[in-house]
Amino acid sequence: MTTSDTGEIAQFDSVGLRYGTDREVLSDVSFTLFRGCFYFLTGASGAGKTSLLKLLYLSQRPSRGNIRLFGADAITLPRDRLPGFRRRVGVVFQDFRLVPHLSAFDNVALPLRIAGVAEADVTQAVGDMLDWVGLADRMHARPATLSGGEQQRVAIARAVIGRPDLLVADEPTGNVDPEMAVKLLRLFEALNRLGTTVVVATHDVHLLQKVPDCLIMRLDKGRLGDPTGALRFPPRRPGQQP
Amino acid sequence: MIGGWLKRLSGAEDGLGAAITGGRMRVLSGWARGAEDTAMPSRQVGPMPWVIAIMVAMSVVAAASGLAMRNIAQAARTDLAGGVTVQILEGRPELRARQAAAAAELLRQQPGVSNVHQVPQAEVDQLLAPWLGGDVADGVPVPALIDATLDGTPDAARLATLGRVLHGVAPAARIDAQSAWLGPVFGAIASAQWLAAALIVALAAALAAVVLLATRTALGNHAETITIVHMLGGTDPQVARIFQRLIGIDAALGALAGFAGGLLAIMLLGRRVADLEAGLLAGGMLGWADWLALALVPLFATVLAIVTARLSVLGALRRML
Repeated sequence: MTTSDTGEIAQFDSVGLRYGTDREVLSDVSFTLFRGCFYFLTGASGAGKTSLLKLLYLSQRPSRGNIRLFGADAITLPRDRLPGFRRRVGVVFQDFRLVPHLSAFDNVALPLRIAGVAEADVTQAVGDMLDWVGLADRMHARPATLSGGEQQRVAIARAVIGRPDLLVADEPTGNVDPEMAVKLLRLFEALNRLGTTVVVATHDVHLLQKVPDCLIMRLDKGRLGDPTGALRFPPRRPGQQP
Repeated sequence: MIGGWLKRLSGAEDGLGAAITGGRMRVLSGWARGAEDTAMPSRQVGPMPWVIAIMVAMSVVAAASGLAMRNIAQAARTDLAGGVTVQILEGRPELRARQAAAAAELLRQQPGVSNVHQVPQAEVDQLLAPWLGGDVADGVPVPALIDATLDGTPDAARLATLGRVLHGVAPAARIDAQSAWLGPVFGAIASAQWLAAALIVALAAALAAVVLLATRTALGNHAETITIVHMLGGTDPQVARIFQRLIGIDAALGALAGFAGGLLAIMLLGRRVADLEAGLLAGGMLGWADWLALALVPLFATVLAIVTARLSVLGALRRML
């Protein structure tokens, strides 16, 4: 039985991360993410939120410690197995990272096309997704012609279109109006209810109040706090194994 | 709006839901053509096609030269195979004529000897005229020549045996294999062929280097997109295939242009050589197999470019996480 069979999506054990010879940006970070939970990762700017997310979506290897993702050792994971794991993680980058020469439609379609989904299904799914995030009339626009909020919605649509097991979002509502922020949170919650584990990094404390069952991780100068104790004693979800 | 979408999401029964729930179920081994078409710009911009065109043109000319020289050597070897020349090195014209006639007659009687032909003195004089002048031959003792063809290779032992037989009727006779005279020419042709081959190899290496540089530039230009594709679950072979296509299209266009230029050069050069009406060079005409071999040059260049691009991209990607 793999670790993920028991409901654990990710396990960090005494993880440290430093870039080059600088001081550690993450120190002794240990936690477990459970399937179907909704996490907020908070902390001041520079606390290490983005670095922690990078470790989660396998963009970075830690300097020390152990990470298990979907039941596999992420430290020793061979290169050729990385894509399979990455397809299970949807990422909303803080700087959106849209492909500049692609339209909004093609950006959102990219994960499905990479995964080899039939073009007819891609067209339908992407069209519906863009319609839902309110960009149906902008589907042919390039990122450079979209506003910051529109780009963010495209980035979110791209991250969730493949219904990932783990959704990692770095400040996903930073550039949208409050109404759209709530709407996007509802999307994350909907995915969460379907079993997707959601990790949202934010410094907006008001956002936390809008998701009642969320678990909160707090980073302070690279060290992880557990203010509610939920990380140590996560609430059980219906159907979740102990 | 949200409720409607959630209903669809939960039900997973129409387009969006089906795509979301089925996204991972329909993973294919390769990258869908759509992703290749859209992830990167469709063409590279740069001088690479022109550089490849020049290299392919030079390779085609070098290959054609090598093939023509091989044909010349083969034709000469075929013409001269078994050919021997008997010289009667006698200063007195009457005795020389007598010995020549006797030697020719004796050769005709020898087994394994055919096509015995005593070269008329007028023809010998004509051959020597450019060096000795039209009327000098009258005062210069010129050897009588007899051409003959031996069955099989005229090796040294066989020539020595024939020489001994000839000395019985023509003490002034000396017999030589015609191929021995052209030995240095064959050597020069072989050297030129090696030179052409070395030139082609050097051009292929230069082409690979150009592709390598172009690929690295393209990798640098598209580093951000590659990172995004990686983060979305793209595999190294998928990324490599994109660059293979980009480089392959440019290489194919350049190679075709270079092939056309090379063919034009060969035809112009061939016409000039044909005007020379030189016997030895006439054997250098290219056959259909030669043209087929030349047609493989742009194909080889394109394949080389694609393979170089693939290996280069995969090597670079291995250094990324």
